[in-house]
Amino acid sequence: MRSQVLRFTDWTSPVPPVEREVLSVLPEPVGDNPPVLFVPGLGHGAWAFAEHWLAHTASRGFAAWSVSPRANGSLRAYVHDVVQVAASLPHQAVLIGHGAGALVVSHALARYPARAAVLAAPVPAGWAALGAALRANPFGTLPALVGAAPRLSRKQLFSANLAGAEDYRAKLVRTPARVYRQVLFAGPPAAPVGNPPVLVVGSPDDRVVPRKALDRTAGSFGGAPLLFPGMAHDLMLDTDWREPIDAILDWLTKELAA
Amino acid sequence: MPDTPDIADRHDAVCVIGAGGCGLTAIKNLREQGFAVDCYERETSVGGAWNWRHDRSPVYASTHLISSRPLTEFPDFPMPDDWPDFPHHSRLLSYLERYAQHFGLGDSIWFGTEVVSVTPVGDGRWDVATRSTGGGAERVQRYAAVVVANGHNWSPKALPLDTSAYRGQVIHSSAYKDPAQLRGRKVLVVGGGNTGCDIAVEAAQQASTVWHSTRRGYWYAPKYVLGRPADQVNDKMLQLRLPLWLRQWMYHRTLRLTVGDFTRFGLPKPDHRPYESHPVVNSQLVYYLGHGRITPVPDVTGLEGSTVELADGRRVEPDLVITATGYLPRFEFLDPDLLDIDTDGKPDLHLHAFARKHPTLAVIGLLQPDAGLFPLAHWQSVAVARWLRLRVDDPVRAAAVQQKESVRPLRSWTRLRLVPSSRHWFEVSHTGYLRALEDLLKQLEPA
Repeated sequence: MRSQVLRFTDWTSPVPPVEREVLSVLPEPVGDNPPVLFVPGLGHGAWAFAEHWLAHTASRGFAAWSVSPRANGSLRAYVHDVVQVAASLPHQAVLIGHGAGALVVSHALARYPARAAVLAAPVPAGWAALGAALRANPFGTLPALVGAAPRLSRKQLFSANLAGAEDYRAKLVRTPARVYRQVLFAGPPAAPVGNPPVLVVGSPDDRVVPRKALDRTAGSFGGAPLLFPGMAHDLMLDTDWREPIDAILDWLTKELAA
Repeated sequence: MPDTPDIADRHDAVCVIGAGGCGLTAIKNLREQGFAVDCYERETSVGGAWNWRHDRSPVYASTHLISSRPLTEFPDFPMPDDWPDFPHHSRLLSYLERYAQHFGLGDSIWFGTEVVSVTPVGDGRWDVATRSTGGGAERVQRYAAVVVANGHNWSPKALPLDTSAYRGQVIHSSAYKDPAQLRGRKVLVVGGGNTGCDIAVEAAQQASTVWHSTRRGYWYAPKYVLGRPADQVNDKMLQLRLPLWLRQWMYHRTLRLTVGDFTRFGLPKPDHRPYESHPVVNSQLVYYLGHGRITPVPDVTGLEGSTVELADGRRVEPDLVITATGYLPRFEFLDPDLLDIDTDGKPDLHLHAFARKHPTLAVIGLLQPDAGLFPLAHWQSVAVARWLRLRVDDPVRAAAVQQKESVRPLRSWTRLRLVPSSRHWFEVSHTGYLRALEDLLKQLEPA
């Protein structure tokens, strides 16, 4: 495994700075709770959390932030951006990653001692993700195998009864297959620093992340996933968006008291 | 039963001395390993040497980083990526203040409190006597371990000459704060280290005449080469594991192609090869030498009346002599035996951090690396915290690690091929040192 102590790549060719898109909703008054930073997956932006979760998190007394993946990014740049935003917050942050953003968060945990972390519908690394995508959406995924940008279909991401699904889908940005390959096949992340509590949430009916992958990810942190049956991959945009975020914040409140 | 009723037993808590950059990272990493920490800081704010308000701070108005940002920041709390390559000292202070706030370290720090003495009580535990800097009674508390992070750039090393017969003004570089002190005066700067060169350059911009006295010729590296900060280019060569002779050859080549022959500027020829002394990084010194604003002179041999005598017999008459002669480490609160301090005041510590005879006593940041200090101080304090944790959780394995560490060869973490100068005793190569620390960290990982 690459050394966490001798970081030649960071020392000799630092990630170039960019203007980052960061959205936030702050509680009134701000209080003592740690800030929560949401990290969207590929194709999504900070807007995906601004829809419901940011305001709801703030209403429960946590400063809520989210950061969009940079254009023309790479796994290294995404991790860099998450750590930069987290370190810019006034207190040790809680990192919540969704989809491929959960993979970014699990790499960021090796670089920044988060107060806690949540992996929501975490895309598994490697071939497992590709297999699931092929089963759910063969026509959108096959082109990715020959280097084109993969397409995510409506039914992969959203529940059938979700009203604004077409609008959301229109907001998705196509991410080059190169970036998908890089994020999925980066090799396992190094161990988290600072020993943060980690929660995995997901849905058994997710068509991007198979149930088995959820169990495996949660198992690697010594726990079981918290499941929300009936929900689609994009938990934060689903009709029932309130349930998972409430469960996450309940868990967080309990962990902070411990 | 306690021996004296007024000793407050803090049980498993660890005492950290100093809340500068090294003390802060020690607190954070000890707390991450589950230790309660009491940190004592004589000043009323964090930042140590980097806080210009502190009376022991050596920074002057224009102090900037010598090593570039990526090689200077804490590995788990990066500086903002839109900061310049070489930030100003005021940014460093705000960075340390944000680090303390981000990790809530203020809860563990007792400001305005001086450590008077640290005494072992026999079972690996320590009695720490403290006193408010405003005066008042001493208070003694008992700790499971002591981590010293009191800095080593605050006790000036005096010029080894008698200055009593000299009528001009002599100040140590630590008393140099503002270019107004130089304006229109004839200034002699003594010392060829980074501070001496920085002040000589500043004098070249302000003073009427500037002499720069160095004992030997040095390799003055530019801050940028090939469009990158020079330390980043150097680390690229280390990453590629180029052999020393090749790096030395490339160093020569690069200098040849930019400034050329140093002796043409009147500088003495270096008596050592590149990478055999602490790197001096200054792009402007050669520039001002070339403009005749700085006159290089040899070592100072005497000061009398209004004249300063130099090793080549020359005499100069400066209004102001600034001695950039460096600092000595000082641990007034510790018995010298505890750190195996020799007659020159230099401690002998394993990895420059662990007291050899006292497993619960460590020093953070007593290093002179060829890069920024904070990454090294971070990993040192991670190692100290994990070591103390292992001692509590698994004494058998801790003893095995101690046994193995005691035979670690000195050359694996110190630099031996250096010019013999008193300032090089704690010089380390950041890569060599971090490799040794990483190896120790692996042994300390919980089973």
